[in-house]
Formats: sequence, structure tokens, C-alpha cells
Amino acid sequence: MNPTDRRYTETHEWVKLEGSVAVIGITDHAQDALGDITFIELPKKGAILKKGREFGVVESVKAASDLFAPISGTVTEINESLETAPEAINSDAYGEGWIYKCTGFKKEEYDSLLDAKSYEALLEKE
Amino acid sequence: MSYISNTDKQRRSMLDTCGAGSVDDLFTDIPANLRPKSFCLPKGKSELEVASFFDTLSKKNYSNLVNFVGGGFYDHFIPSAIDAIVSRSEFYTAYTPYQPELSQGTLQAIYEYQTDICRLTGLDVSNASLYDGGTALYEACQMAIHATDRRKFIVDGGVNPIYRKMLNSYAVNLSIEIVEVPVSHGQSDRTNITALLDENTGALVIQNPNFFGVIDDHTDIVKKCHELGILVIQSVYPMALSLLKTPGEMGVDIATGEGQSLGIPLSFGGPYLGFMAVKKEIVRKMPGRIVARTLDTNGREGFVLSLQAREQHIRREKATSNICSNEALCALRAHIYMSIMGKEGLRECAQLCVDKAHYAIQRLNAIPGVKVMDSSPTFNEFTVRLPIDAGECVGRMIDKGFAAGFPLGRYYPDMENYLLVAVTEKRTKHEIGLFAETLEEILCQ
Repeated sequence: MNPTDRRYTETHEWVKLEGSVAVIGITDHAQDALGDITFIELPKKGAILKKGREFGVVESVKAASDLFAPISGTVTEINESLETAPEAINSDAYGEGWIYKCTGFKKEEYDSLLDAKSYEALLEKE
Repeated sequence: MSYISNTDKQRRSMLDTCGAGSVDDLFTDIPANLRPKSFCLPKGKSELEVASFFDTLSKKNYSNLVNFVGGGFYDHFIPSAIDAIVSRSEFYTAYTPYQPELSQGTLQAIYEYQTDICRLTGLDVSNASLYDGGTALYEACQMAIHATDRRKFIVDGGVNPIYRKMLNSYAVNLSIEIVEVPVSHGQSDRTNITALLDENTGALVIQNPNFFGVIDDHTDIVKKCHELGILVIQSVYPMALSLLKTPGEMGVDIATGEGQSLGIPLSFGGPYLGFMAVKKEIVRKMPGRIVARTLDTNGREGFVLSLQAREQHIRREKATSNICSNEALCALRAHIYMSIMGKEGLRECAQLCVDKAHYAIQRLNAIPGVKVMDSSPTFNEFTVRLPIDAGECVGRMIDKGFAAGFPLGRYYPDMENYLLVAVTEKRTKHEIGLFAETLEEILCQ
């Protein structure tokens, strides 16, 4: 089950708001489809990301996939522990496996994303 | 696979798709005077006639000149064991044999070659090789763009001018700014280079020994670059690395070079060998194949391609490079060469090159009107100022049986009287003496 305290994208990223900060990661479905993750390229701290723009790459034993920014904003923090232990995304995609945090986003952009129910409906169609 | 060529209809359809009126339209970028007037070949000839035609043609080459030409490609000795091993059909006939199930020998050879290059450069990871020294340098610049997201490059004037030309042609349609900084007294111009470094600079490109044969310790410049997040790319001469401070010891991020001096014969246009080694932190931005050692399900050692997610067959247009390939057979030659020479052998060979070059410097400096530019230390190559045009001097020396060197005026317009002379372990004391005497003789005429 996907937590209802956050929003989702069609490209399988999630965003959770913590006050003025947005936390971004990839979904449990995404990590499951990728298989064992061996490497993640994180965005740079201070980078200004535009919604829909690539911010990194995730590599697994099966594939390499681009990651897309679910909302626009400035990167304030990255999960550096993923550089040495990217498997945290496999074991806890919605918690320990968060990828970056950003500020300066627009609430409307967040609101326009999928809620858990719509995301699950999307997965059923896939 | 059948080899039935396209029909006229298919050709028309392809031309229409790319908006060309005719096949000739596809070649309009090539100046008309350089395009063949026709492809009408003469009537067929017998094998005997063809052999005799090419034999006559090949006799126009000078093949027995005593060689003092360098400029990035050197006349080193090649042990005959290299040809014997490389020409084994298992190595010689295989095309891109990367399937680990049936190519353990080739993969192991590449892995060992990579190990050689890492030890030689003092860096962490080598790829399986690239086309040649020039393309390797370009690939390093592309890599720096990916790694830093910056598009300005500072290029030292001591970098081989052929490589700089290649860099400029590769970069012509990319939005990259290349700033060249002329050398000062034969060495990297620290004042001017430092003044140009800024937070938009992706990489500094340097060479050691540089095109004039001058040795430098770039540690100080590397440190300044790193303070601004700039990567340092150093093109190196592998024969010199067993004696000189390595790129790794200087803190360099990416080392590239021409591997021809490692057992590959001199020939116009190659095939040559580009090598590249990088720091571990940026390995995922490195182009080309990488062979790694692993264990199979039974715990036995084996070799496979690694980190393939960077590569063109997986990442397509987002690959680290789409215009590179492995030069496996030349890399194998280099590996066999280094294995035969060994650590001590390589060092001895490099020392011989230096000693003989310095003997040549002494002899040439003693000729009236000739001055060797020796204010900076050199490896096995050096610049000589002549009282006459260097190209003319080379022409006269050919008649006496010598390939005297590389006339620098070809790439440096203000250096018409300067000759670049290289000396390898193959030159004897007698040959060097004769070279000096002959030069003196032709200058007196």
C-alpha cells in the first residue's frame, strides 16, 4: 500500500510535504520493478530543478532509469547515505530511501499530482 | 544475412526522408575539389600485375631512415613475441567478443591491460581503451562536461597541436568554449592559466611531457583547479610514466594518452591506441567498456563487462559516449609489451631514452649556429633552433638517410626555424654522433 500522506507522479516519484520543505523519492512499485539498486546519481545541493526535468539516474541489476523532478524547487538537502547504500531504496522506498529535499515549490504543483488512490489506479492499468 | 542492395525505390524513399535530392547531395560538406571525379575503376588486373603495381608504389616510401621524429608517436623497439601472440586466431579474428560465456581469454587480457594502465598512471580505473590519443582527450573533455555541468575548457598550448585540432573539430557543433593558453619558456604558463580559471570552467587540459618534450610537475595547478571544482585532464606519454611523477601523484582526475609507444608499430593513420584512466569518484561518467573481475555461482574467478549502464547499447542517446569503441587488439599489444618489459624493463627503457636524448642535446648544442632550448627539463624530446628553415633542413637530411625531426613551423607559425627532435632507446651512440655530424655538414653548405 502507498502512504496517503503524500502525492505521486506518473513516472513513479513521490513528494511529501514537511512544512516548507518537500521530500522526494521513488515509489515502492518503482523499486520493485527495478530490482536490486546498485547506484543512484543524486542531484547537486543548490540545484534549481524544474518540474519534469531529469534530476538523476538510478541503476539496478536490471536497468538504468532517469529520475524526473515531480515539482519545481531548489535542492536543499540530498540523502548522501544512498551513495554508499543505495539498497535503502529497495528496503524502505518511502522512508530511509528518500532522495532529496527541496524548497521554493508551488503548492499548486503539489496539489496537481496524483493522490495515493489515483496512483494505485494507474498501477492497475499498467 | 543477405547482401542484396537497396532498390532505387528504397533509395528514393530514404533520400526523401532526409530531404536530399540525390546521393551526391549528402556529400556537399566536402569541398568539390576534394571529391572524386568518378568511381570508374580500371579493368581487372591479374594478381601478379596488382602485386607488382603496389610493390613499385611502396618503393616510393623511405623506409630505412634513421628516425628522430616524435611529436606524439615514437620509434620504440617492438619485441617479436608481440606479433607471435597477437596473431593467434583466438585474438586476431574475434570481433567484439564480450560474451563472458565464451570470451574469458579476451576479457582477461583486457582486464590485465586495464591493470597495467592503472599502475602506470597511478589512477583507480582504466577503460578497455579508445581509438587513439586525440580521441581519448576529446572523450575526457566530454566526460568533464557530464561530471561538472560546465562548458568552458582551458587548454595548455603544450598539448599536442594535432590533439588540439581534433578537439576543436569535435567541439565545433557543441556549445563549448575552448581557451588556449600559449606556453611560457616551454612550460605551462601558470600566471595566465590561473587567471582564466573560474567557476564556469569544467576542465583544464594539460600534457606531460608536453609537445616540446618538456617535463612539468602540475601538482600546484591541479590544487588550484580543485579549489574551484575544476577537473584536470592530463595527456601523458606512457613510456615516460615509469620514471616521472604520475598523474595520480599530481592529483589529476583524468589521464589519457597515445599508447602507440607500447609495442604498436608506427604507421600513417594507425591503428593506434587511446588509453584513459580516471579517479574512482567519476568512473560512472567514463566512456567506453570496462572489464571487471568477479566470481561465478561456483565461486570461480571470471571476467565480465561492468558498469554497462553508462554505455551506448543500454543508455542510447544518454550514454557517456556514442562515438567510442575499444581498440582491443592494440590494447593486447600494449599489454603483452608491458608484460614482457616488466616494471624494471620499462624503467630501464625510459632511462635509456632520457640518457640518449641528453647525449644528443650535447652533440647538437656543440654545432655552431644550433641552439637546443634547454631552459626547462626535457624527457626524450627537445626543441632545436636552427640557422635555417626546419622544413628545409628535414628535406636535406632525408637525402642523407635521416628523418631529422618534426618542423615546428607546421603548427606554430612563429617557429619556422625550430625542429622537434626525439630520441628513443633504438638510437645508438654512433647514430646520434653521425646525426650531429651530418647536420653540421648540411648547415655549412
